[in-house]
Amino acid sequence: MNEIIKKYFRNNKLPHIWCPGCGNGIVLGALARAVDKLGLDQNKTAVISGIGCSSRSTGYLDFDTIHTAHGRALTFATGLKLARPELNVIVITGDGDCTAIGGNHFIHAARRNIDITTVIFNNNIYGMTGGQYSPLTPTKGKSTTSPYGHIEKPFDIPELAIAAGATYVARGTTYHTMELSKLIANAIEHKGFSVVEALSSCPISFGRQNKLGNAPSMMKLLKEKAISIKAAEKLPPEKLAGKYLIGELFRKQLPEYTEEYQKIINNLTEGGQMQ
Amino acid sequence: MVVINEKLCKGCLICVEFCPKNVLSLNKLQKATVKNSENCISCGLCELRCPDYAITVRK
Repeated sequence: MNEIIKKYFRNNKLPHIWCPGCGNGIVLGALARAVDKLGLDQNKTAVISGIGCSSRSTGYLDFDTIHTAHGRALTFATGLKLARPELNVIVITGDGDCTAIGGNHFIHAARRNIDITTVIFNNNIYGMTGGQYSPLTPTKGKSTTSPYGHIEKPFDIPELAIAAGATYVARGTTYHTMELSKLIANAIEHKGFSVVEALSSCPISFGRQNKLGNAPSMMKLLKEKAISIKAAEKLPPEKLAGKYLIGELFRKQLPEYTEEYQKIINNLTEGGQMQ
Repeated sequence: MVVINEKLCKGCLICVEFCPKNVLSLNKLQKATVKNSENCISCGLCELRCPDYAITVRK
């Protein structure tokens, strides 16, 4: 076991419960490397998750962690960040947890531009409960609740986040592990609400129902369909059909929520008038 | 040099498939094992992509 895993994981909890070939472990490893790269203090970093396969992560990470109610990771994180703005707050959530059950919390956290880093483990399915479709299950994708093919259109998480007001939005995959780690590090460094969509794969609940093969062949699919945003700029739109962009998709500096809130507190405690 | 912790390996084949030098394979127990260590260039890709943190690459 390498040094980073030893340092940032609760080693007595390993091996984790995730299925063989599950991408969640790769994303979590990338997150640990990002934290290590930035040299964050483990006692000044809080990791918060909701419910689902991905949200089991907080049980394995050796930070101050909270495993919250389904979809509510961002609400607990917002409260924590407001009470203790000096902490680095990282939220780990899944595609269903973040965009279905916690969809409303997600767009409002983005709108407030509160300094929280959200890492969304997108495996296109509710894996833990037996493979029901999530808002990220692709059209025509099979799941236990869409056995004849899914008829809905999935969300595009980066577009949703940008539209809602997030100020740093990126997407990475488990195949492009080093880049994913870099994107998560940039997201943590960014002041404001940052979202990293980590495309992961679920070979057991999603892959098996959709005949996508084993874990390596699902990762090859991620590689084939991904195109970096810099390469995409030079390509005609017809070559981008069916592909998704990876890399840093959006970045902007806007006033951050806890800082604005602190300004009001300062104004009032110094006896000054609100401006 | 690749060191594998068999207690953590779940035999998902990711390291075997993506190794650029074909260093790894699965053993009879479906655990990753080093088959030609002399080919290893210590690139660390297996360690980065192992979902179960079972691999350590020592340079």
